[in-house]
Amino acid sequence: MGSMKNVFNSLLLRELFKGMSVTGRYMFARKITVQYPEEKTPQSFRFRGLHALRRYPNGEERCIACKLCEAVCPALAIVIESAERDDGSRRTTRYDIDLSKCIFCGFCEEACPVDAIVETRVFEYHGEKRGDLYFTKPMLLANGDRYENEIAEDRQLDAKYR
Amino acid sequence: MVETLQQLLPGFLIPYFNALMQLGHNFFGALWPDILTVVWTVIKVMLIIAPLLLVVAYVTFWERKVIGWMQVRIGPNRVGPWGLIQPIADGLKLMLKEVVIPAGADKSVFLLAPVFAFAPALVAWAVIPFNDVLVVANVNASLLYVMGVTSIGVYGIMLAGWASNSKYAFLGGMRSAAQLISYEVAMGLALVVVLMVSNSLNLGDIVKSQGQGRFAEMGLSFLSWNWLSLLPMFGVYVVSCVAETNRAPFDMAEGESEIVGYHVEYSGMAFAVFQLAEYSAMLMCSTLISLLFLGGWLSPVRFLPDSIFWLFAKIAAFVFFFFWIRATFPRYRYDQIMRLGWKVFIPLCLVWLVIVGCWMMSPWNIWK
Repeated sequence: MGSMKNVFNSLLLRELFKGMSVTGRYMFARKITVQYPEEKTPQSFRFRGLHALRRYPNGEERCIACKLCEAVCPALAIVIESAERDDGSRRTTRYDIDLSKCIFCGFCEEACPVDAIVETRVFEYHGEKRGDLYFTKPMLLANGDRYENEIAEDRQLDAKYR
Repeated sequence: MVETLQQLLPGFLIPYFNALMQLGHNFFGALWPDILTVVWTVIKVMLIIAPLLLVVAYVTFWERKVIGWMQVRIGPNRVGPWGLIQPIADGLKLMLKEVVIPAGADKSVFLLAPVFAFAPALVAWAVIPFNDVLVVANVNASLLYVMGVTSIGVYGIMLAGWASNSKYAFLGGMRSAAQLISYEVAMGLALVVVLMVSNSLNLGDIVKSQGQGRFAEMGLSFLSWNWLSLLPMFGVYVVSCVAETNRAPFDMAEGESEIVGYHVEYSGMAFAVFQLAEYSAMLMCSTLISLLFLGGWLSPVRFLPDSIFWLFAKIAAFVFFFFWIRATFPRYRYDQIMRLGWKVFIPLCLVWLVIVGCWMMSPWNIWK
């Protein structure tokens, strides 16, 4: 009896029609597409986008060339060279991030003892030549200067979880 | 033929038409009727092919929209208002792309194969009746002609697989050819049942024969159509059509996620021609289903007039059905496709053939 039922169910394509009723219903469901340039999805304050090097309010750069970020970077995207500055402090002479290697894991940000290297929420940037995504120290510092307000605000929001 | 044209033309054009006929007669003399036949045939061919290609372009757009909706997306909407220019942009893009011919490929066969795939799907339209009078060639064995011509499409697939000089394309071509041939058997047997009950191989007569019967007399002619009395054959035919056009869930030819098909090595316009072939074959199949099982241009109820729009509505409904199943079902495994074709459909058709034969010889014959 059970096998007869099976034969009829498969001959009458019962399960197939069930499946089609599901897709048929979804055809009229509200569409969830976000139409990107006009609409955007909400972002977390922990969003990991374009990198920036920050400064203290007095204009002094935060980075102390400890090279923890370089050591932790799994993609080997960071290259740092350091030297003693005239005032005797250790500073970077070179701080490069190759964004075409970077995997945006955020480890550099986590490793940094002075919150110097951070990832901003900026994700809409591009390069037109291969070298364009190789960010040098002045470019990263410029990013920091440009987005300092947003970066500080996001750190503030994140502070109680750290 | 002149009378037919006079019927088709709007009233105010008839005097001009008659004057033109007179002029042609004076100028060409006895040759005029022949010339008129050739010109009229070419016009009819153009009238079918030009809109067909346009419809094929927009069927691709409609498909992307429908599948998008079913996947809770909105589909293409960027090019032009509501994305309506999308198919034209796609066509332009494909035309501008390079047709890469693989090293070691047989160049002439490689380029001829898409034509072989595409041409049969167009040629078959020659015998499709759109209503009582609108048909390019009203031949007596039109059903046989359609079956024969659409089968030639297999050569395009085999040639494409062979000429590519690639193992994947070759195996894909063999696979698709085997699939097409298998389902053609089931399809042919289903058609045998249809022509038995219609007592004709002419598509126009097959449609007309569906307009009579007990339900048609009651005014509910859609119950008199072949789909109800030959329901199993209708199912077999529809599924075989999906398999014949290489569409999901039988799209082993495409199989982009696991295996690749006969057109791996094709790019640009050569690939586009294969796509055109697939979509025009899909339209062809929908048309054939509408004509053979759903009464073609006949109106579903008596109080509405028969019209070509009924045919278009039925075709559109089936094209939509094709999209719907593509959005719903996962792809069949190859051995399952073969099992369905040979071990389910062909025996089912043979059994039903015998049943219908006995039914027709019995006193309860409903197809007299």
